[in-house]
Amino acid sequence: MNRRTLLASAAALALMAMLPPLPARAQGTPIPEGEKLKVGFIYVGPVGDGGWSYQHDLGRKAIEAHFGDRIETSYIENVPEGADAERALTQLALAGNKLIFATSFGFMDAVINTAAKFPDVKFEHATGYKRAENVATYDARFYEGRAVMGTIAGMMTKTNKIGFIGSFPIPEVMQGINSTFIHARKVNPDVELKVVWAYTWFDPAKEADAASALLAEGVDVILQHTDSTAPLAKLQEKGGIGFGQASDMAAFKPTPRVSAIIDNWEPYYIKRVGEVLDGTWASHGVWLGIKDGEVGIGEITEAVPAEVKEAAEAVRDQIAGGYHPFTGPLNKQDGSAWLAEGQTPTDEELASMDFFVEGITAQIPR
Amino acid sequence: MIGWTTLLLLMSAATPILFAALGEAIAERSGVLNLGVEGMMITGALAGFAAAHATGSPLAGFVAGAAAGAAISLIFGVLTQYLLTNQVATGLALTMFGLGLTAMFGRPYEGVKAPSMPGGPLGVNWAIWLGLALVPLTWFVLNRTRRGLILRGVGENHDAAHALGYKVRLVRLVAIAIGGAMAGIGGAYVSIATVLQWTEGMTAGAGWIALAIVVFAGWSPWGVLAGAWLFGGVAVLQLRLQAAGVAVPVQLLSMAPYLATIVVLVIISARQKYRGRGSAAPGSLGRPFHATR
Repeated sequence: MNRRTLLASAAALALMAMLPPLPARAQGTPIPEGEKLKVGFIYVGPVGDGGWSYQHDLGRKAIEAHFGDRIETSYIENVPEGADAERALTQLALAGNKLIFATSFGFMDAVINTAAKFPDVKFEHATGYKRAENVATYDARFYEGRAVMGTIAGMMTKTNKIGFIGSFPIPEVMQGINSTFIHARKVNPDVELKVVWAYTWFDPAKEADAASALLAEGVDVILQHTDSTAPLAKLQEKGGIGFGQASDMAAFKPTPRVSAIIDNWEPYYIKRVGEVLDGTWASHGVWLGIKDGEVGIGEITEAVPAEVKEAAEAVRDQIAGGYHPFTGPLNKQDGSAWLAEGQTPTDEELASMDFFVEGITAQIPR
Repeated sequence: MIGWTTLLLLMSAATPILFAALGEAIAERSGVLNLGVEGMMITGALAGFAAAHATGSPLAGFVAGAAAGAAISLIFGVLTQYLLTNQVATGLALTMFGLGLTAMFGRPYEGVKAPSMPGGPLGVNWAIWLGLALVPLTWFVLNRTRRGLILRGVGENHDAAHALGYKVRLVRLVAIAIGGAMAGIGGAYVSIATVLQWTEGMTAGAGWIALAIVVFAGWSPWGVLAGAWLFGGVAVLQLRLQAAGVAVPVQLLSMAPYLATIVVLVIISARQKYRGRGSAAPGSLGRPFHATR
């Protein structure tokens, strides 16, 4: 992931904004009783990562439990982002899967290419923005959860330094970092945010090293946007608190894991499989958050004082009630104006976010 | 900024690849190319973690990691030395086997915590000290002892060694097992000391870096140390610089070890060309040995 892909994504979004919206079109006919629908998944990490891929696999198990013998599922794990993903997707399509979930941002072009070759197979791509008649995208508003975590982080830090382990500087991660910082600053004006980019979604040793590097800088609260539980294990060894990412990571309760952002894909997966079964599936792009139940806030443990817990839950409830974590006035890092008083960004703007907000001193790698 | 903590982080990041690369250098000096380092490391990581968890002792974990690494490497040893399978293909298969096997048997250990690693002199745990001590020891055994000479002889020209009456297959089997044990310790270090838990696929390519370092090092233990510190050091240094908020081009730093590898390879081949010195690679590396030929 580099600046070129970011620019390309911005350009693609601008282009999409100019085009008239795609009419929702139902595809295909219902699948008769007695005929099995095969559903395939590709994961970027192992299902045992305890985070992102694990959570998608819970979604897969949920559709199996829900639809029973009407469907059959399979998955390929540890699929690298890039060209190899196309091979894995083709393999699933050739194996007779009629609905395929590709669950990482970097599978985007591979999904589009494979979808063009298999027009009768329906694809669902997580966190991407490129769509086609047989490619839908779905995403979760992780930044809403970050606002809650940021509030806890800002109130809990004693050194006034919060650390963030980023994967790649893509919009999804930028939103999370900005939302964390905005809400930490709101409750603690002295808070500073340090960012380390790991350039991987899953590499436990590197994630642990990144956590060590942050701790050595005096950070005492760490958030992560990578998939393993290694940073929490490091916090447990060396002290400090952190949060479950993508999954509850309950093994690290009550501390270092004091709360969590939980991605709940199950309702969406059940809905979409059901639509393929009854022939009403159509391509779309959805982005669901806390109020839809797709982003969950894991239990806030007793390691957090009552007033912090109260404040965090208030933020959660405000978001469910319609508060937007990015509400102006907000400036960009260079001081230029972004949102005016009371203004909120459009989803398109958020989906191409490539800047830090004012107050963050870290640099975005170029 | 580049103080003692950074050096500590560097040594810690370099230790797993140091163990694995030293072991692979020994195996390669005996003429065996084992591409299964990643598979042996991940096996050591799981076995080590399981033993440390069961006994509460990290030491038991390292011993179990070494034993498991050696055991799985002997599968490779028997296949390549006695059944004369292709070393490259068998090594790759060993990596896949190790990854799959540990994914299966590792399920009960997900989310389980490791016992904490005791500190050692200067705040450096004893596994790091052991890794450092093994460098001169390996050099000494390889270059200053009779056993080392036999091992190198087998690696340089197995037909000549055989004609002299040395048991080529046995020597290689021992070298493979030592390599496996050391890769296993390296893997155990990742799960017990770095990450402190078991996660499927957790070595994440460290075995391949170890393989590259052996070539980078010109098959010398001191070169292996330099390579491990360079690769581990750059990885840690860029994380540290980022955390400190220094604007460094991350891509440039990540590129540095690979650039250094290319430079070293160019120097090695230039030396061969102009000074007439032979390649640093053992003469019989990767070649199958059969006594009747």
